[in-house]
Amino acid sequence: MSINLENIQLNNAQIAWRAAQDIEDGAYVNLGIGFPEMVAQFQPEGREAIFHTENGVLGFGKAAEAGEEDWDLINAGKKAVTIKPGTAFFHHADSFAMVRGGHLDVAILGAFQVAQNGDLANWSTGRGGVPAVGGAMDLVHGARRVAVITDHVTKKGAPKLVDACTMPLTGVGCVTRVYTSLCVVDVVEGRFVLREKLAAISMDDLQSVTGAVLHVGDTVKDLTTPSL
Amino acid sequence: MDKRSASVADAVADIPDGATVMIGGFGGSGAPIELIHALILAGPKGLTVVNNNAGNGHVGLAALIEQGQVDKLICSFPRSADPKAFTDLYQAGGIELELVPQGTLAERIRAGGAGIPAFYTPTSYGTDLAKGKPTAEFDGRTYVQERWLKADYALIKGELGDPMGNLTYRMAARNFNPVMAMAATRTIAQVSRFVETGGIEPEVVITPGIFVSTVVEVPNPQQEEVLIRQKAVFP
Repeated sequence: MSINLENIQLNNAQIAWRAAQDIEDGAYVNLGIGFPEMVAQFQPEGREAIFHTENGVLGFGKAAEAGEEDWDLINAGKKAVTIKPGTAFFHHADSFAMVRGGHLDVAILGAFQVAQNGDLANWSTGRGGVPAVGGAMDLVHGARRVAVITDHVTKKGAPKLVDACTMPLTGVGCVTRVYTSLCVVDVVEGRFVLREKLAAISMDDLQSVTGAVLHVGDTVKDLTTPSL
Repeated sequence: MDKRSASVADAVADIPDGATVMIGGFGGSGAPIELIHALILAGPKGLTVVNNNAGNGHVGLAALIEQGQVDKLICSFPRSADPKAFTDLYQAGGIELELVPQGTLAERIRAGGAGIPAFYTPTSYGTDLAKGKPTAEFDGRTYVQERWLKADYALIKGELGDPMGNLTYRMAARNFNPVMAMAATRTIAQVSRFVETGGIEPEVVITPGIFVSTVVEVPNPQQEEVLIRQKAVFP
């Protein structure tokens, strides 16, 4: 596993951009805290996604300007946001009814590990400290599509796409698509099916940094993004 | 009918040692800071607190924990920018934590208020947080049984309140407050402004007064995020 991914892999903005291209017009979308929030910046022209946040806001607007924050108007990441025409407020039980009740079209989350059967580990490394789960275990159930955006390997080079998760699970068989820094993979009947990969990496090299077999679909497209 | 109380001190005065207390809010948004501070000054110990978080800095819930008044916390996300109060005590074994997924926490509270002793949810199935809980299959999928959550008291924050206890909320400060109002034997609401009975249009009442025992006016309530930036310490 001596390939140098540094020079070829997508940066976070490019991964987020790629994930945003699959969000259809009119979709109800929940973006996980942190990196997934970046997806909102790359909504394709002419499409409108309606963003949901766990603490009871649907259809919120951009982040609040510094100095203009209203701390009664935050997102699940505790960042100040803004309202726009059409925004709705609701209480927490209704908010999670939207989640579990299958009313969201897409949830996009980060990951420590994704297994080939769609198991996701993203809430605890299992190494102690104060455990905290938030809404992660709820979000993986209910959305029609549960997508993950992530670097393909950890900072130490370990695969994040694996046969079976070794870290504590967030949900069983819940992930439908993974956007990594090297490729786009679907979870189909307990297998990873490769849909797109960077032209700069060979199939063998991609497989060598992946912890489970990558099955090749009918066609594997080049994964292309703008420079961001 | 007049559920108004003259002060936050009066409103929380009868909360005893060992009580289970739900505290509204998500982070600082919707957190009834003045009621929590009154509870600190009133001084009951051995409390079980239900809140989404574990406080931040040295005000509000974090201060209540720092004062050693909380034996057990039921929450979904006990991490924050400055979680020292909870983290230190937890790591020293001085506070018990029941970690609950956020949507399960909301629904357990709602169920408590609605008289539903248990329900099944897909959340946490197959994870460490489902260990020891009954499961059942419905229409080919397996779900985890979760039990209702009720409290002796709820401390919540509203925007407008009338003498009947009818409440409105301000923007996303609503969060856990309406469901907690339903799930406690006694619900104490601080509101930014009292209005006369009839001063809230019936269509805009969010929490009907039947769920509220006491309303106390706190004009211009403090915001946790602002206090944190000021490095405020309570008491």
